[in-house]
Amino acid sequence: MKRAYLVFTLAIVAGLSAQSATAQTLKTVKDRGMLSCGVSQGLPGFSSPDDKGNWTGLDVDVCRAIAASIFNDPTKIKFVPLSAKDRFTALQSGEIDVLSRNTTWTLSRDTTLGANFTGVTYYDGQGFLVKKSLKVNSALELNSASVCVQTGTTTEQNLADYFKGNNMKYEVIAFGTADETVKAYESGRCDVFTSDVSQLYAERLKLANPADHVVLPEVISKEPLGPMVRHGDDQWFDLVKWVLFAMVDAEELGITQKNVDEMAKSDKPELKRAFGTDGNLGEQLGVTKDWVIRIVKAVGNYGEAFDRNVGAGSKLQIARGLNQLWNKGGIQYAPPIR
Amino acid sequence: MSSKPRKPPSQFLFKLQRALGGKAGWGGFVLQLLFAAVLVWLVYEIVSNASENLKAQRITAGFGFLANTAGFDVSQNLIPYSGSDTYTRVFFVGLLNTLLVSAIGIFFATVIGFIVALGRLSPNWLLARIATGYVELLRNLPLLFQILFWYLAVLAALPGPRQSISLFGIFFLNNRGLIVPKPIGEPGFESFVLAGLIAIGVSIALWRYSRWQLFQHGKMIRVWPYVLALLIGLPLASVLIFGEPVAFEVPVLKGFNFAGGSRVIPEFVALTLALSTYTAAFIAEIVRAGILSVHKGQMEAGASLGLQRGPVLRLIVIPQALRVILPPLTNQYLNLTKNSSLAVAIGYPDLVSVFAGTTLSQTGQAIEIIGITMGVYLLISLVTSAIMSFYGWRLERSMGG
Repeated sequence: MKRAYLVFTLAIVAGLSAQSATAQTLKTVKDRGMLSCGVSQGLPGFSSPDDKGNWTGLDVDVCRAIAASIFNDPTKIKFVPLSAKDRFTALQSGEIDVLSRNTTWTLSRDTTLGANFTGVTYYDGQGFLVKKSLKVNSALELNSASVCVQTGTTTEQNLADYFKGNNMKYEVIAFGTADETVKAYESGRCDVFTSDVSQLYAERLKLANPADHVVLPEVISKEPLGPMVRHGDDQWFDLVKWVLFAMVDAEELGITQKNVDEMAKSDKPELKRAFGTDGNLGEQLGVTKDWVIRIVKAVGNYGEAFDRNVGAGSKLQIARGLNQLWNKGGIQYAPPIR
Repeated sequence: MSSKPRKPPSQFLFKLQRALGGKAGWGGFVLQLLFAAVLVWLVYEIVSNASENLKAQRITAGFGFLANTAGFDVSQNLIPYSGSDTYTRVFFVGLLNTLLVSAIGIFFATVIGFIVALGRLSPNWLLARIATGYVELLRNLPLLFQILFWYLAVLAALPGPRQSISLFGIFFLNNRGLIVPKPIGEPGFESFVLAGLIAIGVSIALWRYSRWQLFQHGKMIRVWPYVLALLIGLPLASVLIFGEPVAFEVPVLKGFNFAGGSRVIPEFVALTLALSTYTAAFIAEIVRAGILSVHKGQMEAGASLGLQRGPVLRLIVIPQALRVILPPLTNQYLNLTKNSSLAVAIGYPDLVSVFAGTTLSQTGQAIEIIGITMGVYLLISLVTSAIMSFYGWRLERSMGG
């Protein structure tokens, strides 16, 4: 079993390795010639393999951007599909270099796991998916319902809080993987499937007849999803953090996959800094001066990646909402590249 | 001059030397001691090094998390539990769920296994073929498939709560499980239980008396009519005198599900069914082998004493067969218990699911939790085999073997 393997790796690494060797993830990745990226087991829009085994999705694009900044090649990645409950162990044991798997940023995860969140790729919240035939219009009408949930997520605890807070009873059935959870919901074992709203939209596409199911309007929690790296390697932490910032800044600066070569000739000081024609900001991160060009060429800016994977250009058709840039009504905001 | 007779070496010292060092004597003992010391040192080094490293990586270590609030709910709990209880309580909820499914699974697996074994040995052609088919089909399909089959193909095909299959309007079967009236204790409850206990006690005494009569004086006494009368009569009398022992809370459809009554969740049913039918296929073969291992001369000897086929099996064949059956049967019991951890695939809240699953991913303390869980499975297995060994020891003793 994968899980046992991960735990034993962790136990052996922790038990036998020499005392506190300074982690040098960037060097390890460069030597290996390959980025190891932890993703989901298949969540359309965020990380899922297509019929040829190519991984696509917003979370995947974050990894591709990191690989592009290091190798100038977004394909030099080994994707490691992980269930919700295996993901942190995989990161702790060194099996993966970065976890980019729709993971909610919480205080306890930030402090107790020996890992750090590097930013927010997607501002999400928890919602409920029900069959239209139940004629339920609000989550407050769900008293006595049976609820299917994936184990090892923040969802389980939010669910308990929400029903307790509203004095409602419910039955929870928790499954190991998203697929098992959705199957149980589809077979009628539960009235409700609860998860992050983005995931509800994605999973709804897999159902036999998506139009028969509806996402309820209530969003009962804050779920900022972001990548994670191991604690104690500041250089690697900085790089992963700034790759995402670069994608957001690129959108703000109007750099797109199409016009990136054109823009690179610009004389504007903020563009020259971003493109590395002025200064050596990329090298300070441990990669090359043209890192932003590499990233944008590989996956586009944040807005392009969003549209292609989950937004208007995808099957999911999720509105930008909170994930719009700060100057366009959303809260996606990145510190300046300077 | 007569030389003194040589003093024989002290028996005690010799025995001690032999016990501690084996054939190698004291030298062997020293080596063993050294080996044990090295092992202890190695374990200590690994543990302390691990905790140092985890600390350096800022990964929380230790068992403090057990006192923290869990904050999630569980669908089946044998002890009162809510989201505001601690992880320790979650651990016990999961453990009890594992023990429940194991105990019931072991019971049914044994019963089905014995029946199928007798079926395979039956002279009836059709029955023997059906039993053979059962064994070959069930033991050759992966267990996980069987669990998923029962869960997704059989139980999920039941109608939803609003179209429940109803029996007398008090039992309901749907894809949320089997809902039955819930017994609630009434004033007559204690005397009812007391009457039942007395009836059972007297019945056992009667049965022992009849055995004693049979062995000492060769008299067969028919006790079962009295036993039956006692077991039904006494509790009935208690009900008539002290009133009904329990009242039943009848389930009613309310909202999405039934309110009131007790419910057997489909996850439990699917897991128990799959575990017991699967393990029964192995037990059947073990029992068949055990019965076949008893020489047929034993049966003939029994028959020539004038015993009928039933008593021959019960008094002569089965006790001897049990000697062969018991050790591999214990293995099957242990397998069943460990296989119950496949529960996570269908959302049954067993120990692995709620503790090594949810609790682990919420606290992130993989090493501690996996350690505890492995320790618990080891303990359950050791206790099971201890019970079986004790039973085997009693069997040997009663057979004078």
